Amino acid sequence: MVWLAPILAVLLTMAVGAAVFSLLGYDGIEAAREIFVEPLIDVGGWQDLGVKAAPLIMIAVGLSIGFRAGVWNIGAEGQYILGGLAGTAVALATWHLSGGVWVLPAMCLAGIVGGAAWAAIPAFLKTRFNVNEILSSLMLTYVAVQLLYYLMNGPWKDPEGFNFPQTRLFNDFQMLPYFSGVGYLNVPLSFVIALGVWFVMAKTLFGYQVRVVGQAPLAARYGGFSSRRTVWLTLLAGAGLAGLAGIFEAAGPFGQMVPQFPTGYGFTAIIVAFLGRLHPLGIVLAGIILAVTYVGGESAQASLGLPASATGVFQAMMLFFLLATDILVAYRIRLGGRAGAVS
Amino acid sequence: MTEQTFRLELREVTKTFPGVLANDRVSFAVRPGEIHALLGENGAGKSTLVKMIYGVQQPDSGEIRVDGMAVDIPSPKAARGMGIGMVFQHFSLFEALTVLENIALGLDEKLSHAELEKRIRGVLAKYGLTLDPHRTVATLSVGERQRIEIVRALLLNPKLLIMDEPTSVLTPQEVSQLFETLRSLAQGGCSILYISHKLHEIKALCDMATILRGGRVVGTCVPAEESSRSMAEMMIGGNLKDIRKGEGRALGADRFVATDLSLAGTGDFDVSLEAVCFAVRAGEILGIAGVAGNGQNELLLALSGETPVAQGSALTLDDKPIGALGTRARRRLGLCAVPEERNGHAAVPGFSLADNAVLTARGRKAMVRHGVISAPAARDYASEVIRAFGVKATGPAALAGSLSGGNLQKYIMGREVLQVPEVLVVSQPTWGVDAGAAAAIHQALVDLAARGSALVVISQDLDELLLLSDSLAVINEGRLSPKRATHEISIDEIGLLMGGVHGDHHAAEAAHG
Repeated sequence: MVWLAPILAVLLTMAVGAAVFSLLGYDGIEAAREIFVEPLIDVGGWQDLGVKAAPLIMIAVGLSIGFRAGVWNIGAEGQYILGGLAGTAVALATWHLSGGVWVLPAMCLAGIVGGAAWAAIPAFLKTRFNVNEILSSLMLTYVAVQLLYYLMNGPWKDPEGFNFPQTRLFNDFQMLPYFSGVGYLNVPLSFVIALGVWFVMAKTLFGYQVRVVGQAPLAARYGGFSSRRTVWLTLLAGAGLAGLAGIFEAAGPFGQMVPQFPTGYGFTAIIVAFLGRLHPLGIVLAGIILAVTYVGGESAQASLGLPASATGVFQAMMLFFLLATDILVAYRIRLGGRAGAVS
Repeated sequence: MTEQTFRLELREVTKTFPGVLANDRVSFAVRPGEIHALLGENGAGKSTLVKMIYGVQQPDSGEIRVDGMAVDIPSPKAARGMGIGMVFQHFSLFEALTVLENIALGLDEKLSHAELEKRIRGVLAKYGLTLDPHRTVATLSVGERQRIEIVRALLLNPKLLIMDEPTSVLTPQEVSQLFETLRSLAQGGCSILYISHKLHEIKALCDMATILRGGRVVGTCVPAEESSRSMAEMMIGGNLKDIRKGEGRALGADRFVATDLSLAGTGDFDVSLEAVCFAVRAGEILGIAGVAGNGQNELLLALSGETPVAQGSALTLDDKPIGALGTRARRRLGLCAVPEERNGHAAVPGFSLADNAVLTARGRKAMVRHGVISAPAARDYASEVIRAFGVKATGPAALAGSLSGGNLQKYIMGREVLQVPEVLVVSQPTWGVDAGAAAAIHQALVDLAARGSALVVISQDLDELLLLSDSLAVINEGRLSPKRATHEISIDEIGLLMGGVHGDHHAAEAAHG
């Protein structure tokens, strides 16, 4: 049931979503087909899936580390933005250079550090003052967005950009390599990263520590694991990966930094993490499923006139149904109760 | 002559859970005014049986008769309506409320506080119990709290009173008081069903005993005519193995010494450790007795390293100061510990036995290289423990949560003992464990001491401590009494030390005088 529940959740989403949109006047079944099935069948469109899946998978595996330790990082969106901004800072500082093979790695490193630094704040607040990391990380997301707007409208505005709020376009040596048919480098890298996280979680002492802290905090203390250190390390690891996903997006599909940079990947990644049962390999599959809904949602807008928010509705329904079907993992439905229950 | 009507009669009562036959055609009878023992190890089916009598569960088949009439008991409320009362092993009390408020909360009928207080005082007077209805529960000792539960049951004027393991939390003096109360109850015509595994108590108190093993009734006897040993053998269905303690062992130098070990408690209900002093020699087993809630847990955490103390020299191992060190550093120096709670503290229930081995043995058994865990090393050690300690499990991949309490405890003990620690500190080593596993654990502790390690055993089971320890100390309100050789101290003295402030200071002075 543990693995059947997510599949059940997806099927329920398709069925209920189709019904809801039928009631709204659209062709419900066609909508479900367009959103869920078409993108998988159309091989030519798989590249689009990769574009969407890569950041989702990367952020989600990072989040899963923390979630397994009971550390709830909800601010991945903010960390993603900060990573993009930090990498962009390096790009703008080196923009006048004619080349340099070290520039792109430096941007990526800056992305990781930027994302991690943004999570250091909730980590400090939690370990020092017991501030709930759900609130602190979430609220920092909005700070990150405002920081982005400020930079776009002010110091980082492209001087040759006709006053549009956006940075210069990155130079070739500052862009992620692109492989036609596959996509930017971040697509294969995201799978490698997922594999790496799987190895760390399953085989290393750090992964063991995370799992013990998440399942039995007293046993973790007994076994000599510091829950404080675990909070720090898991928050920084998750945020670092989110930041890396951020700079990958900026140096890949976007090619610059723009105010529209926050696309909600940081939040959708939470759904991906849980749909994938917090397991890196499950997350890869879940990332692909959610990428399907993005791509399918866009094409359904075009062909069926579905509203733009339809994609979000389906994604949210999926998480909702996953939580609901999770009950079936531990309990069975029985029709007709028995008399003589405890009063 | 008419046949005497039994107060309670069970006929062929059976209860099955998925995979387990908890009660197999159990039949026995209790006469009015009789104190009847239900004897059996953990897992024998006593709790399930009693839950059916009190209406918490329903039997799958068979009949329960009260005063000769077959009845259905669908709920505890219905049971109380029939005059069946129960005092559980674990109390349902709110520490922040008073005695009166607690009893009022659990009442079936609506009574004004004044009326309820009158009735409570009536019950207290009738049975010679002392309890102040306006005391806050948090200020009461465990024995006094149990009295609240007893009063709660007695308010209903029960015909049958079920007591579930009542003495596991009492000092010897409180046990005598409880027995007097029960005897006067029985004389008044109330039947008592007394569940326990403590044989000498059953011999002292009970008129009849029914012995359960593996869900079946294996015997009925009159305790006064049996010996503790014969009842024990009926309970475990075999011959009791005596613990083999080496005779004339020479104890070596002091290995584990605490000097003025103090630790302030956090929170409202924590116990602070105050100037705890003890010294354990090589080959010695120090037993620490005490009633629950007097700082045992805090002491174990301070000794194991989970709560280090500021003053490093307050605790030394082979003359090395370890007080400020954490659990990992202490393990490296040879100190292993086993906390009281096996599920969630000593072991992770959702992990396999091999993964649980990594929890504490990874250092001393070299399971980690360059940050990567060696799965074969963990598996091998887990298998070694399973084999050496006879743990009934499907293998090292079995989930810890799937093992029975006794088997998990054997595994946890084995995991620590096979690391051959220099010092081993254990708390409640055989709590909730069947007699066979308990004997194996006891033997392992004795063997470890024989090798020259120093052991500290913290336990609420006096019998266990008297069996194992070379010397005894008593912990009360965070203070440790000076250690005494086991054969030099009497049960009365121990009981008085355990009672401490709640007991009688003058009696304590008189005992020493």
